Amino acid sequence: MTTPTLSVRNLRVEIPTRRGVLTAIDDLSFDIAPGEVLGMVGESGAGKSITGSAIIGLLEPPGRVAGGEIRLAGERIDNVSPDQMRRIRGRRIGMIFQDPLTSLNPLYRIGDQLVETILTHERLSQKAARTKAVKLLEEVGIPAAEARFSAYPHQFSGGMRQRVVIALALCADPELVIADEPTTALDVSVQAQIIALLKRLCADRGASVMLITHDMGVIAETADRVCVLYAGRLAEIGPVRAVVKHPQHPYTQGLMAAIPSLVGDPDATLAQIPGSMPRLGAIPAGCAFNPRCNFAFEACSAARPEVYDAGTSDASCFLHASEVAPSAPAETLRAADQAGIVLPVSAKETIA
Amino acid sequence: MSYATEPEGKAAQTAPEGVKGGTRPGFVRRIADSDIWYSFTRSPLTMVSAVVTAIFMLAALFAPLIAPHNPFDPASISIMDSFYPPIWEADSDPRFLLGSDDQGRDVLSTILYGMRISLAVGFASVIFAMVIGVTLGLLAGYLGGWVDSVIMRIADVQLTFPAILIALLINGVARAMAGPQSYDNVVFAVLVLSIGLSFWVQYARTVRGSVLVEANKEYVLAAKLIGLKPITIMFKHVLPNVLGPVLVIATINLALAIITEATLSFLGVGVPPTEPSLGTLIRIGNDFLFSGEWWVTIFPGITLAILALAVNLLGDWLRDALNPKLR
Amino acid sequence: MSVAAMPKDVSRPDSGNNKTLVEINGLRRVFDLSKPWLNRLIEGGGKVTLTAVDGVDFAIREGETYALVGESGSGKSTIAKMTVGLLRPSAGSVTIGGTDVWGSKDAEGMRAMRRQIQMIFQDPFASLNPRWRVRAIIEEPIKAFDLISDAKDRGERVGELLSLVGLDPRDGQKFPHEFSGGQRQRIAIARALASNPRFIVCDEPTSALDVSVQAQVLNLLRDLQERLGLTYLFISHNLAVVRHVATRVGVLYLGRLVEEAPARELFASPQHPYTKMLLEAVPDIEMGGSERQSIAGEIPNPVNPPPGCHFHPRCPQAMDHCSRDIPPVYHVGAANVRCHLFGDAKRSAR
Repeated sequence: MTTPTLSVRNLRVEIPTRRGVLTAIDDLSFDIAPGEVLGMVGESGAGKSITGSAIIGLLEPPGRVAGGEIRLAGERIDNVSPDQMRRIRGRRIGMIFQDPLTSLNPLYRIGDQLVETILTHERLSQKAARTKAVKLLEEVGIPAAEARFSAYPHQFSGGMRQRVVIALALCADPELVIADEPTTALDVSVQAQIIALLKRLCADRGASVMLITHDMGVIAETADRVCVLYAGRLAEIGPVRAVVKHPQHPYTQGLMAAIPSLVGDPDATLAQIPGSMPRLGAIPAGCAFNPRCNFAFEACSAARPEVYDAGTSDASCFLHASEVAPSAPAETLRAADQAGIVLPVSAKETIA
Repeated sequence: MSYATEPEGKAAQTAPEGVKGGTRPGFVRRIADSDIWYSFTRSPLTMVSAVVTAIFMLAALFAPLIAPHNPFDPASISIMDSFYPPIWEADSDPRFLLGSDDQGRDVLSTILYGMRISLAVGFASVIFAMVIGVTLGLLAGYLGGWVDSVIMRIADVQLTFPAILIALLINGVARAMAGPQSYDNVVFAVLVLSIGLSFWVQYARTVRGSVLVEANKEYVLAAKLIGLKPITIMFKHVLPNVLGPVLVIATINLALAIITEATLSFLGVGVPPTEPSLGTLIRIGNDFLFSGEWWVTIFPGITLAILALAVNLLGDWLRDALNPKLR
Repeated sequence: MSVAAMPKDVSRPDSGNNKTLVEINGLRRVFDLSKPWLNRLIEGGGKVTLTAVDGVDFAIREGETYALVGESGSGKSTIAKMTVGLLRPSAGSVTIGGTDVWGSKDAEGMRAMRRQIQMIFQDPFASLNPRWRVRAIIEEPIKAFDLISDAKDRGERVGELLSLVGLDPRDGQKFPHEFSGGQRQRIAIARALASNPRFIVCDEPTSALDVSVQAQVLNLLRDLQERLGLTYLFISHNLAVVRHVATRVGVLYLGRLVEEAPARELFASPQHPYTKMLLEAVPDIEMGGSERQSIAGEIPNPVNPPPGCHFHPRCPQAMDHCSRDIPPVYHVGAANVRCHLFGDAKRSAR
């Protein structure tokens, strides 16, 4: 097996506050293979953006990485000096944020920002850098790139700005691109363009992508695999098709069912998960989802589930743990089975 | 952006308590639970400033009870007692802890009484400026249009005059109008008016800025929707949400007002020597500085400096504590 | 997820026989974006105006949900504000229950009408006064319209309203910051219901919420509509959400209503090229395998919109006269479509 572009092991991010230490990310592990697009999805506060910030070493203080390892192409990057990290950012990891205006300096011309970024990462002559910048702008679909080279960010529309940000993120040919809600601030009709562009450019360059978004629709059409976060913990991870079509974690199931869609009966009541995601200071004991879960049983509030093989994906739910699942009431197991959760053999036997 | 969760996390722990009891959390509890109080307890400098300010204010308030002498009572002072040095110096008199001045008044007592006047002028002028400034700022920000233009242009003009100049001007006018005799009776009002007038612009501008932000928030729209009068919306909905910065300015202004009052009194246009404020005391004492009676001016000077510094530090802390970005 | 303890859905009210509650005619709003006159005098430059809403008419029948869909700059929020009386139209009229919102001189009638209109806003973090307790927030409309004079009865009513939206009556003692986004939106709904309105304008009520919470709020709105016989004007940019709530849909593009149709028809057979594109641009969560179509170009600057049909520069079917003439409204089946494509073949125009 090839070395993953990004490998995160047992990541733990803590935010000390006056009322004690909050654990924003708790024991999170995942890999992104070369050329792969991994979607990070979760509701606000689930910790998806914090994961991104932790990887690029830009956690806002007082937040800190309190445990685990982050490896980029096999090398640890969670314990390097800020100086080394600065060199990794931009050169080896490209970044795209939600609001293009925060990534672009309003006082500098678009072209100059690109040339400057290219020159900090590559030994090129001013002229060669300019040629490369124009080429990049053409690639991201800026019409009349040569002419708009000397335009300022405010002279661009939202979609065009995000294209420039993508050009900036890709100008050093990074191995990994972290895109944090790249389309959230854009109109629906522009979203599709940007997603298609991002996907195409990364595929052309063989860059891996970590796509952070709350929009399952964007994930469904962009990502190869998806990682679902809940309250700073991994709920489910697997190939996007499997997770979207046959979710194995009760939370993912609820999430998928709650999304209004353009097909199906418009008059049917939308499925809803009762309650809301716990705040970081009040994460329930055991499985973080257990108070809202239809299939919760005794074990769920007693201990925290690990990540188990759930057939098509991996899920952090005791229903997939072959030793624990049989202890659930037969009724629960039957309901779960009916809801499409692939139970381990041991549990199947108890309800057979 | 990555900490969208953090304030929620903070609030999270307060929520369950409310749920359990279902009762109204008490005022004291809310204070003790608040971020402001927390930030206060984490800043020793602020706590020291608060204690110093509190001691000074209490001392001023209860001056008649604490002060060893009444410096305004001609019967209790004797010219024979003049220029006793502080008690740790040679030739001192135990009755005069910090020495006595040229008229035989106890310096400690004059300071205590002087602080009363300084603080009273300070508070009154700050409140005066605050009422004018906040009201005009609210009107300008909420009503906009020509009301806004007129108020803000007046503010601009006001800003081109330094505070001291305005104070001197008003003082001169008042003095000319009232005549030297009755002037002493109105001096307090004149000081408050002149100091207050030079401060209101700051409040008006700050409030106007905050109002422009708040008035577009949806809770204000919701209030408009049910047909509330603009004045009701301004004072019941908008005002409570713009008071944070006002409080900060008021605190810092208090120090400034005390110093301005001292300056005016030092320049001789403030309170008369018969009822001296800290500034007047410093001016009187100044005359004796070179003849060796340093204590007459140094002690009021130190008092003024410490008081202004403490209040200022409180203001600085409050500004930081109320600014969520710095928390 | 088989979560639903929700009542089995009764299908949405039939919009056929109910009478019209809200009527909007020729609504237009022009914003003046010019610099102050002194700047214009010295720096030159004329008046700059933005036509946010340009001649919009539609009607909402009692008990139905009329959805306005559009992207940024479409004027949907401006229409919402003019409808509830928060923003004066430059031209046109809004009539609710027979009373002209902007033209009526009858003060008592206006007050009675105001009580009937309420609004739910987009941002639940900005729509509740952070310094007020929830009880005071919900009570305010009751007090403003003198509905219940006794303080104790009023408190009970607040409790009732909180239960109605799925919160604990004791939550009234708390402050807004103690609630999550979804709970705050429930509080905002309780406030909107406090004056017993007939008509509620929902301005993007779920776009600031997470999906699982969005479903709760949408279900609650539908449930309340059924129980209280409410009429909604639902503003949204999310077509999938609209599909789940609307009886009728109007699609806005740069201030003009380009298509209007019963929800089922609109989603089954969109007529206007823009509507088609919008529908195709929705991410395909079902993973049917189809790439989503991207719409060429972006929304033009509303200060200087393209002449003729505003959509023509992005329209794949644009014809010569699309850039010259503003298309009239054509009736195509159950839909009203503002597009030249229907000009020759199916001319059944007004």
